[in-house]
Amino acid sequence: MNIRPDPTFHASPKLAMEAPPESFAYTVLLSPDFSKPDALAVIDVKPGSSTYGQIVHTVTMPNKGDEFHHFGWNACSSSLSPLTGHAFLERRYLIIPGMRSSRIYIVDTKPDPTKAAIHKIIEPEEIFRKTGYSRPHTVHCGPEGIYISTLGGGGKNGTDGPPGVFIMDCETFEVLGRWELDRGPQTLHYDFWWNLPRDYMVTSEWALPPQFENGIVPEDLLSNKYGHRIHFWDLRARRNVQTIDLGANHQMALEVRPAHDPIREYGFLGVVVDTTNLEGSIWTWWREGGKFHIEKTATIPPEPAPKEQLPPLLQGFGAVPPLVSDIDLSMDDKFLYVACWGTGEMRQYDVRDPRKPKLAGSVHIGGIARRTPHPNGKAFAGGPQMVEISRDGKRVYWTNSLYSTWDNQFYPDGVPGAMVMANAKPDGGLELAKDYWVNFPDGYRSHQVRLDGGDCSTDSFCYPSV
Amino acid sequence: MLDGFVLLSVGLTLSAADWTLASLWLAVIASGLYHGVNPGMGWPLAVSAGLMERSPRALVAALGPLTAGHLLAMLLVILPFALLVAVIEWQRTIQIGASLLVIAFGLFRLANRRHPRVLARISPAQLGLWSFAVALAHGAALMLVPIYLGLCREAELDRGHAAAGALINTNLGMAVLVAIVHAAAMVAAGGCCAWLAYRYLGLKFISQSWFNLDTTWAVSLILVGTIALVLGLI
Repeated sequence: MNIRPDPTFHASPKLAMEAPPESFAYTVLLSPDFSKPDALAVIDVKPGSSTYGQIVHTVTMPNKGDEFHHFGWNACSSSLSPLTGHAFLERRYLIIPGMRSSRIYIVDTKPDPTKAAIHKIIEPEEIFRKTGYSRPHTVHCGPEGIYISTLGGGGKNGTDGPPGVFIMDCETFEVLGRWELDRGPQTLHYDFWWNLPRDYMVTSEWALPPQFENGIVPEDLLSNKYGHRIHFWDLRARRNVQTIDLGANHQMALEVRPAHDPIREYGFLGVVVDTTNLEGSIWTWWREGGKFHIEKTATIPPEPAPKEQLPPLLQGFGAVPPLVSDIDLSMDDKFLYVACWGTGEMRQYDVRDPRKPKLAGSVHIGGIARRTPHPNGKAFAGGPQMVEISRDGKRVYWTNSLYSTWDNQFYPDGVPGAMVMANAKPDGGLELAKDYWVNFPDGYRSHQVRLDGGDCSTDSFCYPSV
Repeated sequence: MLDGFVLLSVGLTLSAADWTLASLWLAVIASGLYHGVNPGMGWPLAVSAGLMERSPRALVAALGPLTAGHLLAMLLVILPFALLVAVIEWQRTIQIGASLLVIAFGLFRLANRRHPRVLARISPAQLGLWSFAVALAHGAALMLVPIYLGLCREAELDRGHAAAGALINTNLGMAVLVAIVHAAAMVAAGGCCAWLAYRYLGLKFISQSWFNLDTTWAVSLILVGTIALVLGLI
């Protein structure tokens, strides 16, 4: 416990933007064939440093086959609301779920990120026993502690009962139990986030474990059996208040990105693929008159490609779907970044008018058919995937792997870990930084990125920017 | 100059009992100010309300339930003692019991720093309920009990032995007065902080003004309890 609030906690998004820039980035390393233990890589991102863009420390886990994916901080700016009662937590521990093993690692990043070490391991049995859920995924810190979404229910296949969110104590890291009191029609899960002062949560849907663990199931996709709904919840009452179906053809509603400024009651949702035309899409949801609404506000078309450039899975279509796998919103709520993992493009949309996104910038790198190299000449396997934006909005980092078994289906030649960075211009426009290229150890892929001091998909704010 | 002399002479004519009375009221006000300026007791929520509604009126309106909740918590804790102290022959026992209770709660807060998780379940729309619950949970209301009992004793010394019914009325009146004075001091201090942050100092003031007072808080409970215990024993 600190005597003063953690200096990386900011009352408003504006204060977070004005804070000093990031010095370290964290990304998880996964061993796609499970032959090696997964790890956490600490990368120096301080310009001018002699180890700029290099991995300066690695925390290797003691188990194999965890499959790291998303992760998050134990505490963030949401602690600055008196309602939470924990203003003196430190932003110190990274909560890293193993999506395949259901094991959770707590990594201590103090006293220095280059000395990060495992603090605690929560074994899968504890999560199964206390929550009835499995396959932990998204991590957010909030009023009741640490909230973790899961993709699986109970049982070996994770299909005994629906997946959901569980709560972990933010000081002891003890798993406390299920969050939901009334889940309504929700049966699938993926991402979640919220508006804390307005007291609502938004959750999305991917699929149940048999639909992703051994690879994408084309029959299920073509018969629209992946998730296509969005759920709105009363956060403190833990109750589903509204579910909206996007239409069954909008398969895999993944990342939920509410406006950072809590005065804005809207947010975005990325949909991977429309099975009628292979489009990817961006949806804008908003609350008006006590009800939630959502509409499709941007679409990204597939790109035709000759059969020989396509993996077997796509050869029948003669085209590459954009596959919107991740989206991220800048801290000032002005730009939405959209990763098109299939076509190999990072798009930047101006979303100042949230229901009319305008394409403001774009960078091509990798891609199933395009295979655009990095400006430094190196090959970038896979496509832009997990994206993270610096607090000040000037630098956009991303990695290239989606999920072990899916990588193999869409990129059969392999997806060696890569992480790049693009500079964003204040009024729109995106350009890859030639001097930023992280070399990862052989046999590892890279996934979500976190920045020290918080980033644009971590912190929740309880006060508007003024 | 003249004012100074007048004040001095007034001071000299005050009896020891008057001094005790004055310092007890000062303690009621000081604890109110202390609760008020502590961000953990809620003033940043008034800032948030003002900013979220884009209106200074919303800030002022949020202070209402925050104060009402605090006031109710004070009354809930003090009123039972108001009835108890009417039983004259138990007065000493009650004072000692109350002191020990405050000391015990202080020790508990010192040993257990956990914020009750159930408070995080209260919706941001229920500011009054939250303020009520947090004042109870952190022993803010309990701290007033020894001070209140001291005031009752002073008032009684003043008046001599009265009928039990009249005493209860006096004590109840005193309880309400203590709670109101304390809550008024609290809202004045908290309101000033909220207004300063909202109007002049900006949101940075929220984290700048926040100190981890958990230890200080627990120690002050123990201290108040101990002083009351000593006074009760002599």
